[in-house]
Amino acid sequence: MAIKQLTVFVENKQGTVVSITDTLSKHNINLRALSIAETQDFGILRLIVNDEAEAERILTEEGYLIKITDVVGVKIGDAPGKLTEALKVLNESKINIEYLYAFMARTEKHAYVVIRVEDNATAESTLENAGFHLITKEDICKI
Amino acid sequence: MPQNYFQKEIETMSAEEMKKLQSEKLVKQVKHVYENVPYYKNLMDEKGVKPEDIKGIDDLHKLPFLTKADLRDAYPYGLLAKPLKDCVRIHSTSGTTGRRVVAFYTQKDIDLWDDCCARAIVAAGGSNEDVCQVAYGYGLFTGGFGLNGGSQKVGCLTLPMSSGNTERQIQFMTDLSATILCCTPSYAAYIGETLKEQGYKPEDIPLKAGIFGAEPWTEEMRQGIQNTLGIKAYDIYGLTETTGPGVAFECSEQTGMHVNEDHFYAEIIDPDTGEVLPEGSKGELVFTSLDKEAFPLLRYRTRDICVLSREKCSCGRTLVKMAKPMGRTDDMLIIRGVNVFPSQIEAVLLKEGYEPNYQIIVDRVNNNDTFEVNVEMTADKFTDKVSDILAMEKSLANAMKIMLGINPAVHLVAPKSIARSEGKAVRVIDKRKLI
Repeated sequence: MAIKQLTVFVENKQGTVVSITDTLSKHNINLRALSIAETQDFGILRLIVNDEAEAERILTEEGYLIKITDVVGVKIGDAPGKLTEALKVLNESKINIEYLYAFMARTEKHAYVVIRVEDNATAESTLENAGFHLITKEDICKI
Repeated sequence: MPQNYFQKEIETMSAEEMKKLQSEKLVKQVKHVYENVPYYKNLMDEKGVKPEDIKGIDDLHKLPFLTKADLRDAYPYGLLAKPLKDCVRIHSTSGTTGRRVVAFYTQKDIDLWDDCCARAIVAAGGSNEDVCQVAYGYGLFTGGFGLNGGSQKVGCLTLPMSSGNTERQIQFMTDLSATILCCTPSYAAYIGETLKEQGYKPEDIPLKAGIFGAEPWTEEMRQGIQNTLGIKAYDIYGLTETTGPGVAFECSEQTGMHVNEDHFYAEIIDPDTGEVLPEGSKGELVFTSLDKEAFPLLRYRTRDICVLSREKCSCGRTLVKMAKPMGRTDDMLIIRGVNVFPSQIEAVLLKEGYEPNYQIIVDRVNNNDTFEVNVEMTADKFTDKVSDILAMEKSLANAMKIMLGINPAVHLVAPKSIARSEGKAVRVIDKRKLI
């Protein structure tokens, strides 16, 4: 059920991110969501794309260090407090969130949240039992 | 300026007398080593040299060299020339089993080492009226114990501070009116800067002299230290293999270091051919321990590039002078006074499961060595969590600290990002301008 995140190791150097997005666009890879975590030395670029296997192949060929990570994608109503509801559910089940980032749907009145936890299956069933709709790879391609 | 000597008869001995003394000691020493160190006996036998072939210092060139590789092969007891029951102490350099040097000392060895350091302290103007603050590290490192021994021999009130804890150093220095400071030049500079920040002027600082060694330093750095601390700063040279600091020391002239050549005979050789070069030539410095008992290395190649001079010195000492070492014939770095070989970093990386793709970057900022190691991230170590990668950097730095004794800043970098020239990675970038 979990969706695939493309994780790229990037050095804190000018032009690194642009060269990655440029490479992807040249190969018709569509970015759905993007987040960067950075320290003084390095950054970790996290991407949700329409075709992660192809993106991995292309970036690896370019010499980037890539890891595909399973993350949980959840659909959230576009209204104040909706994200909090989802986070509360996870918190009550003592599920620790490593990181998360959100993106908006283009047409529907929804936001999507990508959540990284240690145990995807538990997080997913917890959210589903609380009535949340999880997103799948197919959903990603349709967004 | 009136000159004081710790052992005047030796320090001002005529050239002929010195040669006679060295020759007598060498003949005895070669016999001692041949009979007690099978490792060196084999080297001599291979070269076809017998102890009776060595009749004086002019025959020294007939003896085989010892190198760091021999020390590795013979580790730990292979070059020991006395039973352990006669030994009273060891000192050691940092490193793996292969790179680590363990030197043994009898009480007599300690005494002659103390004499050497005492000569250095007296040459720097020290006497039993002085308060000598020893801020070299105490322990396996030779600096602290070496200068401590010399200071007590001179009769100075000795403050065995060891290194670090600058606030406490300054408190003892000012409260007890320390007049001589012994430490690495970079630490002296750091103490000086700290004193300055606290509002001390050079004339308020009780120090009059400093004896600084264990790492390379420039003439500019000397001027800086002398100005901030209001002292005369003297260089001192030594290595664990021969004994520790005090193998050579500076006098009031500050133009090179007098070698304690009644104990350590210095030669300059061509590093490629091994041929002994005439006085004044630049080459590799080689030391022969003339009278140490437990760990008497004969013709030990230091890998330091140096020049020797017998020009008359205004201090009256006749001991041969060596210039500040001008470089190395191997890849050893001296960082914060600690010997570091790139191969040690490599060993840590392999042990921790990384590829040996790394770069060491050394610089000197505000008179302190900075030490960074960039390591290429590997596919199987990479994770999507920042905390994991930070923990990996920390654990690598810790493993290097255990290996080297000093703490590097470790940065994980992208694969293939370390500069390669002609396909070969540049392992060391030393930005310090020391020569």
